Amino acid sequence: MNIEREYDIIVIGAGPGGSGAALAAAKKGMKVLLLEKRQEIGAPKRCAEGLSMSAMGRMGIERDDLWIRREIIGATIYAPNGEHIGVDYKDGPEGYILERKVFDKCLAEKAAGLGAKVLAKAEVTRLLKEDGKVCGVEVEFEGEKKEIKAKIVIAADGVESKIAREAGLDTTLKLVDIASGAQFEMTNVDIDPDRIEMYFGNDIAPGGYVWIFPKGENIANIGIGVRKPYAKEKAIDYLKRFIESRSGLKKGSIIEVNSGGVPVGGLMENMVTDNLIVVGDAAHQANPIHGGGMGEAWVGGRIAGEMAAEAIKANDLSKKFLGKYNKLWWEKRGNKLQKLVKLREVMESFSDEDLNWLVDYLKGEDLIEFARSSGFGKFAKILMKKPKLIKLARKLL
Amino acid sequence: MIETDKKKCLRCSACVGVCPQSALTLREHGIECDGEKCNNCRICLNFCPVGAIRMVEK
Ligand SMILES: Cc1cc2nc3c(=O)[nH]c(=O)nc-3n(C[C@H](O)[C@H](O)[C@H](O)COP(=O)(O)OP(=O)(O)OC[C@H]3O[C@@H](n4cnc5c(N)ncnc54)[C@H](O)[C@@H]3O)c2cc1C
Ligand code: SF4
Ligand code: SF4
Repeated sequence: MNIEREYDIIVIGAGPGGSGAALAAAKKGMKVLLLEKRQEIGAPKRCAEGLSMSAMGRMGIERDDLWIRREIIGATIYAPNGEHIGVDYKDGPEGYILERKVFDKCLAEKAAGLGAKVLAKAEVTRLLKEDGKVCGVEVEFEGEKKEIKAKIVIAADGVESKIAREAGLDTTLKLVDIASGAQFEMTNVDIDPDRIEMYFGNDIAPGGYVWIFPKGENIANIGIGVRKPYAKEKAIDYLKRFIESRSGLKKGSIIEVNSGGVPVGGLMENMVTDNLIVVGDAAHQANPIHGGGMGEAWVGGRIAGEMAAEAIKANDLSKKFLGKYNKLWWEKRGNKLQKLVKLREVMESFSDEDLNWLVDYLKGEDLIEFARSSGFGKFAKILMKKPKLIKLARKLL
Repeated sequence: MIETDKKKCLRCSACVGVCPQSALTLREHGIECDGEKCNNCRICLNFCPVGAIRMVEK
């Protein structure tokens, strides 16, 4: 393996965030090294594999049959009492269920195609510092530790990020801002193969929801995200109970078991320090409502890669210069996601009875128009109809 | 400090992300806890999606 002693940019972690950063920096002519500690990029997955058309649009990538398992034409949302509402998209698919490990590899391939050097089973064990400033990484590869220098390090090391903390940025997530997730990929189950399903309720999934994301006629990712302090038990126990209570799922077979943490808040105002930028889950860049973070990580990564290249060209690697990344990201994604944090906070105070009422009420609404409207004004108006919820509704205005 | 049950742990690293003391690391053989850093706050134990974590004496 011809790994050199020095690069312009070292990216840590080859998830969508890292590949996006590596690709953007390589595109700008930078010499880039992308390091991944796992032996196979993208595996095992920590994901329900759902990607909406809008997220794909933001990523700016074309669909590729290599990684698309299923087109999704709609969603069904279940209230605690079993009542449901459907959202049907009549003008083409609204999203896809992917084969995530193929997807992640394809993204890394894109970065490599533009000249970035990618290396799997290479774990960054610590940051190198000079005069207190980051100047590279120590990496363990084939049982040997090597020091590699870089002008800028991009930490795309996911929810377990320790690299940023080592550089002095506190990325620890508060329990209320991270969902505890468990999932079974199951086959031979009775599901709706064309729609995603989401189940809400304080007994079903406290502080989160259960999802069924179909990958084919009778195969799906069936998972759950719950949050402390709302959840009294382990995520996997709630999930097992959900599956046990449904004969169409209970009879199925489990072909993969996953778990993971999903950031749903704790957006960071500052994601840089001298010579270092944090992106993706490591910087808590995920959707606070549904936990989707592939698209967010890629977008955050691309902005970081471009900024890093700009900084190197301007010969200014300071926190101040790199701070432009904060500004750009907040303009592009942060402000929107911060609004969703607020919505999440309002939704988590709903009782089961409120949720039942809401689903019942929303039945009469045009949900597509509703889902696509940008503000929460309309939602707040609906909540106002229930005296108990007026206070919550005000928070959204 | 904590210990993980290797038969239950799915190696998802989520506990590493919630530990306020940066005491945990995912290694080839599973989660490793640095007893010097761990302050027994139990956050990781409460968080683990599959209940693979338990407290042990140093
Ligand atoms: C149960 C669950 C379901 C989810 N479902 C969805 C979904 O349906 N749709 C969606 O969009 N998102 C979903 N997400 C979220 C999504 O998986 C993440 O937001 C996304 O992967 C973030 O990308 P990333 O590149 O920031 O981090 P990751 O994809 O986590 O990549 C980080 C990489 O860094 C590597 N790494 C860490 N430390 C080091 C080191 N020291 N040296 C080298 N490499 C290192 C890791 O091995 C990893 O490969 C889900 C998450 C979970 C847990
Ligand atoms: S959160 Fe639980 S399952 Fe995941 S790595 Fe930690 S101990 Fe293992
Ligand atoms: S008990 Fe607290 S300090 Fe110790 S490893 Fe768990 S989260 Fe970290």
